[in-house]
Amino acid sequence: MGDYSKDFLITLYKMMVRIRVFEQKAEELFLQGKLPGFIHLYIGEEAIATGAISNLRKDDYITSTHRGHAHMLSKGASMDRMMAELYGKKTGYCKGKGGSMHIADVSIGVLGANGEVGGGLPIAVGAAMAIKMQKKDSVVITFFGDGASNRGSFHESLNWASVYKLPVIFLCENNQFASTARVQETTSVENISDRAVGYNMKGVTIDGNDVLLVYETVKEAVDRARNGGGPTLIEAKTYRLKGHFVGDPVLYRDQKEVEGFWKKEPIGRFENYLFENGFMSEHQKKKIWDDFLDEVNNAVKFAEESEYPLPEEALTDLFEDDTGYDY
Amino acid sequence: MREITFAEALGEAILEEMEKDPTIFTYGEDIAKQGGIFGQYKSLLGKFKDRVIDTPISEEVIYGSALGAALAGARPVVEFHFADFIFTGITSIVNQIMKFKHMTGGQGKIRVVLRGPDGIAQSAAAQHSESIETIFMYIPGIKVVVPSTPYDMKGLLKTALRSDDPVIVFEHKMLYKIKGPVPEEEYLIPFGKADIKREGKDVTVVTTSRMVHESLKASEELQKEGISVEVIDLRTLIPWDKEVVLKSVKKTHHLVIAHETWKRAGWGAEIAATVQEEAFDYLDAPILRVGAKNVHISFSPPLQNYIVPDYKSVIDTVRRVLNV
Repeated sequence: MGDYSKDFLITLYKMMVRIRVFEQKAEELFLQGKLPGFIHLYIGEEAIATGAISNLRKDDYITSTHRGHAHMLSKGASMDRMMAELYGKKTGYCKGKGGSMHIADVSIGVLGANGEVGGGLPIAVGAAMAIKMQKKDSVVITFFGDGASNRGSFHESLNWASVYKLPVIFLCENNQFASTARVQETTSVENISDRAVGYNMKGVTIDGNDVLLVYETVKEAVDRARNGGGPTLIEAKTYRLKGHFVGDPVLYRDQKEVEGFWKKEPIGRFENYLFENGFMSEHQKKKIWDDFLDEVNNAVKFAEESEYPLPEEALTDLFEDDTGYDY
Repeated sequence: MREITFAEALGEAILEEMEKDPTIFTYGEDIAKQGGIFGQYKSLLGKFKDRVIDTPISEEVIYGSALGAALAGARPVVEFHFADFIFTGITSIVNQIMKFKHMTGGQGKIRVVLRGPDGIAQSAAAQHSESIETIFMYIPGIKVVVPSTPYDMKGLLKTALRSDDPVIVFEHKMLYKIKGPVPEEEYLIPFGKADIKREGKDVTVVTTSRMVHESLKASEELQKEGISVEVIDLRTLIPWDKEVVLKSVKKTHHLVIAHETWKRAGWGAEIAATVQEEAFDYLDAPILRVGAKNVHISFSPPLQNYIVPDYKSVIDTVRRVLNV
């Protein structure tokens, strides 16, 4: 483990807690029937978004997934506008048109969550092409799951990024399940990073519940990409502690298995490390959680007090100019 | 005025805009070293070498990358090789490019131009001959350009290259080599402005692309019998010029819509429905449509030519609508 400042370690911890608190609140609200649609929770996977995005600058880009709240939050999104979007309110990031699965903030470099598994990879590759063509030194991280690694877009994107030596980090969040299907039953390789060899790029599989290891591994890949060394495939192995979506009856796995993985979840694990090394006290911990609970409760208040969009606002935002609507 | 080909007009539009706008780059299959399967990129050969790029055969990324490139500040011009192969990567176009802006509450300038050949040519058969522009008129989120002449090609493509919205341009394969007058000086053609390619008083034919030429040929034949045909080239389907069509129908009281794509649920049905909604009382006869028969384009020339309409189909249909 590298030599990190206490401030940096606490920052990582805070980022993970902020995600967890947001996700727990979203789950609670959904179960209370307050959120329309579907939501997919990132609980148990917080170390990946946190460790990875901590390496990025504001002018770097990411593409996210249907399980994407954490990527937005890590890249600097406000809980207020996130929550408002989950509620379908006008003050949300997408004015209520996108919801949880299509949340985006281009101004902070989030080129979209994506309702399509594997939909973000080609977009990331394109952003990297634009970066290279404009001779900039930004990089792109594209997050995707184990399920997406079986899509054609994965193959096309990795080959393409390798051919043009593009500044992309392919970050596979292997949470063991593609919706209800186990990765072992649907995937030809034990480690998805083994596929990197087919694209002549470096591939590495790591423990995705170890936030510092994620940080370090992604740092190496980001440095390589920024310096013209091309793409990397990183597989961060984790475990989806919740169902595919909130309300999933979860008939495909044993609850005992889930309980076993709760013992390995990344926040408690990092907390122990911080306690053991004297980087954080119980008091500090409580304050961190309380502060984020305040933030999320304020976000809920903001969302609930915000207006719904007017029905006819559905007809805006299709195009930049006013031609081509033709109602 | 000088005359240049449709392909040359296309090349001029891209080169002129690339000179002005350093964010434009163009990529696709067989374009940089070969100049395009139909010579459509010949005038770009050897120019802007790091901005004219041959790519792998990876349609999902060819299209999907354009969205990412646009969001990261570039203006990609992407060749789809054959309209049929749009289906190979269609999710990137429909689910990503066409939905992004609306789905995110208006974020980003989606400066994407998708362009390439469509339609029949030289017995290319079922998987290299389709015209599928209707799909992009049906699903919201992209401007649809269907030019018929070198002049229109250049002026419309230049507008596309300055648009802040995604645009798809269908260039009929049989048009690349046709010549027509194109001024040396710069001009742009706005979207949604139809061009009356021939004025007439007895019947209106609304059409695009190759069928503009077939309709003009039909009009000349019909003129010999004293039938005066007005040929309206829509030039863009999203947006489409309703005003010009309605005005013409109010004058001629007869409407035929002619396209190479399938007649069944082809875009002509949309035009016909709109005209009967808004100008029913002006019509002296039912609106008739000319389109491909509802099978796949066959290989053998007599089969292909039976399936796809030509000037004779337009003549027959005009006679039917006028009951002569």
